[in-house]
Amino acid sequence: MTKTNVLKALKEKATSIYKSIIKKKTPELELPLRSLSNVKYDEKEGYFEILGKKKNRTLTVSTIKTFAQTLRMMALSKELIQEDDLATKREAYYVSKNWGEAMFKTQQDSDSIIDDVEAMMMVNREQLGFIPEEKGGEVAGKLVVIDRDPETKKPIRIDCTKFGSGAYSIPISVEHLKFETKAKFILAIETAGMFQRLVKHKYWKKANCILVSMGGVPTRACRRFIRKLSDEKKLPVYVFTDGDPYGYFNIYRTLKVGSGNAAHINKYFCVPKARFIGVTPQDIVDYKLPTHPLKDVDIKRAKDALKNDPFVHHYKEWKRAIKLITQMKVRAEQQALAKWGLNYVIEKYLPQKLKNPKTWLP
Amino acid sequence: MAEDIPIALELAKKQREIGVAEFFARNRHLLGFDNKRKALMTTIKEAVDNSLDACEEAGILPEISVEVIDIGNNRFRVIVEDNGPGIVKKQIPHIFARLLYGSKFFKLSQSRGQQGIGISASVLYAQLTTGKPAKITSRISKNSPAHYYELHIDTQKNKPIIAKEDIVEWKKEHGTRVELDLEGSYQGGYQSIDQYLKQTAIVNPHVTIIYTNPKAEQLIFARVTNELPKKPVEIKPHPYGVELGVLVRMLSLTESRTLQSFLMNEFSRVGSGTAKEICRNAALLPTTKPKDINREMAERLLQGINKTKIISPPSDCISPIGQELLEKGLRKEINAEFYCATTRTPSVYRGNPFVIEAGLAYGGEQDPEGTARIYRYANRVPLLYQQSACAITKSIINTSWRNYGLSQSKGALPVGPVTIVVSINSVWVPFTSESKEAIAHYPEIIKEIKLALQEIGRRLSIYIHKKRKIQMEGAKRSYLEKYIPHVAEALKELVGYSKQDEEKIKKLLKQILEEKRGRLEEIKIDNPDYDEEIAKIGNTSSTR
Repeated sequence: MTKTNVLKALKEKATSIYKSIIKKKTPELELPLRSLSNVKYDEKEGYFEILGKKKNRTLTVSTIKTFAQTLRMMALSKELIQEDDLATKREAYYVSKNWGEAMFKTQQDSDSIIDDVEAMMMVNREQLGFIPEEKGGEVAGKLVVIDRDPETKKPIRIDCTKFGSGAYSIPISVEHLKFETKAKFILAIETAGMFQRLVKHKYWKKANCILVSMGGVPTRACRRFIRKLSDEKKLPVYVFTDGDPYGYFNIYRTLKVGSGNAAHINKYFCVPKARFIGVTPQDIVDYKLPTHPLKDVDIKRAKDALKNDPFVHHYKEWKRAIKLITQMKVRAEQQALAKWGLNYVIEKYLPQKLKNPKTWLP
Repeated sequence: MAEDIPIALELAKKQREIGVAEFFARNRHLLGFDNKRKALMTTIKEAVDNSLDACEEAGILPEISVEVIDIGNNRFRVIVEDNGPGIVKKQIPHIFARLLYGSKFFKLSQSRGQQGIGISASVLYAQLTTGKPAKITSRISKNSPAHYYELHIDTQKNKPIIAKEDIVEWKKEHGTRVELDLEGSYQGGYQSIDQYLKQTAIVNPHVTIIYTNPKAEQLIFARVTNELPKKPVEIKPHPYGVELGVLVRMLSLTESRTLQSFLMNEFSRVGSGTAKEICRNAALLPTTKPKDINREMAERLLQGINKTKIISPPSDCISPIGQELLEKGLRKEINAEFYCATTRTPSVYRGNPFVIEAGLAYGGEQDPEGTARIYRYANRVPLLYQQSACAITKSIINTSWRNYGLSQSKGALPVGPVTIVVSINSVWVPFTSESKEAIAHYPEIIKEIKLALQEIGRRLSIYIHKKRKIQMEGAKRSYLEKYIPHVAEALKELVGYSKQDEEKIKKLLKQILEEKRGRLEEIKIDNPDYDEEIAKIGNTSSTR
């Protein structure tokens, strides 16, 4: 959606509320329901598609505060777009401190309203003028990113092999980036620690690949970066996380098919090509990895996934994997492979796994 | 030897009859004369009670003047004058200067006085503390002269001593005037004369009281109705609760020839059917001559009575204050948000019918953290002393007011902005002592009081519940109104309308939300009956 279109949509929403007040009708805001119960897994497209479930925010005692806050946030967005400015989510939270009684008590509240507005307008929050403050992720390996100088707009070539022991940071907005690469695949890694080890030993050179550190749940910029890169350069994407439900669903599933919370933008932010190479529950057995007991939240997360996650419902392999890990009641970290030697992961584990797609999960 | 004489003989010389007056002279606390302050109050109360009883019995609208004069040296002159029927010459010395002399003891009908002690006890107290005689003036009609007496009491013989006797000029056609000099102390406050007279006036709206206090200030409680209360009917005793000794005496005094006619003639609520059933249950022939019934048979008769189901005594012998008047009294005295009162149906203790009434005033200007204020009445007479010894207080404590929205610690009066009034009306009010300050703890009476309290308690809880709901609704609305301007302002920024439109949107939003929530009820004090001047009387610790 172009800026003008977003502005028009914002005004339309507000006008409909204005009109219903003039007609002495109780005003309502219609929002898509942001949860797993409002998505379906589209196998062909490979991502969570939003369904039509809506929630109505009718003006009542219990909703008037969030109602006012939502409208205020929309007004802020309008202002940002008009002035071609951006505000981080944290800045938006501080702007609200100027709204008297309608201010937010915590940034969590303001983030949630931003997500509401985003979902209501069916756009990406960056288009509303709101940007996250989180880092987008780090990249190292056989890749040249072509960016623009913010002032001169001249192209800048960034060679991701030339960061030494450091790495290239994915910017918040990636749409304008172009890529040059001869790598064979992208390896997305959960933890910064594992990424560091692979960078230090130049694993990317050995395996001819691009390494991406997600640092936990991948940010939208990170997801979009991987998607864009893999689409444009036709590269497969392999994902390497800890062997626990958080790694499987919060990280891998979000990267691959998107989330329930931001279902309206999954289409652009998913990486349907991604495949899970480890650490699988079977790996814990096969590699005799040292483990920790599953925490209560992990067990709950696994059970929820089994019950409510349309992605898990779709793949019996994942159902089996969850059953196995809940039976074993243990989890294993990526770094647990160090039990067999610090470079075991580079020399044995990754080469073995990459060679054998049967040990992957879809 | 001295030991040869039995000690009992020696002791016997000292034993003699104790004069009633002598007894009460020593035990004056039994009659409410324990201290100077209370003595003054009791004297006025006895005189006023007598005046009211006399007026009502004669069908005269009472107009009573009460005057208290400070004559120095802790002494006061009390003058109470009424427009009652007057007292015949012969009776004057006996009524005022003889204890346990009166008419009310023998009949079963509701009246303020009961035992025939009160006024003569005041005369006795005056005599003991100042040595001055009681000065009585009374006139029974314009055709008769007004008689004047100065009286002492012979405490040993309980007989009047006439110090002076005269015929005087008196402007009143009929009425009685009592003048006593006694030791006392005059104070304001809750248990004051002012308070007593005010409360009397409130529950006796047909009475006019003109009161001149020792500071020579005059308070006039004018009557608000010309209607006398329904005159209570005199009744015969009810069989339930009659005691064996009384029954034996009644059997010996009756003029009835048969047991059946005795039961029918001497008791209320006994017809021929009931009488026969009593006889059957007592295994006695209905034709037995009452005089032939011995003690053992009388006991069987009593059991027979208790086995027989007999309807409650008639209640026309009782004239309760009425819930309307009770509530009105509260309204005059207290500026509250909520009032209610109830009159129970008549009930019986020891054969005596009685009616309990209760009322309360909640909220408004009352202290929200104070202990509940209690007003007690017995046969329209306010009870100011011995609150904690009274069955009324006990019943209030034993009612769980927490269920009705007040706070209450175990074994204590409820706490909250509330005033509770309880009134007992009976042909014979059982007091814990002759000073008539506290009601005795009969289970039947306590049960009835509790039922009355529960009834007003339920109504209170409905009100408190409603009030809380209204307050919550009010809070919700002010919350809504807080955010309306934000909705309007944000819309203005988004749609881009004018300042005028913004105001319109605010107004419309308020309308929409209000329409949805309905009209908000207001909690306020709406009490046109409240009389600030009246409320002040007797409620400040120093008199005005």
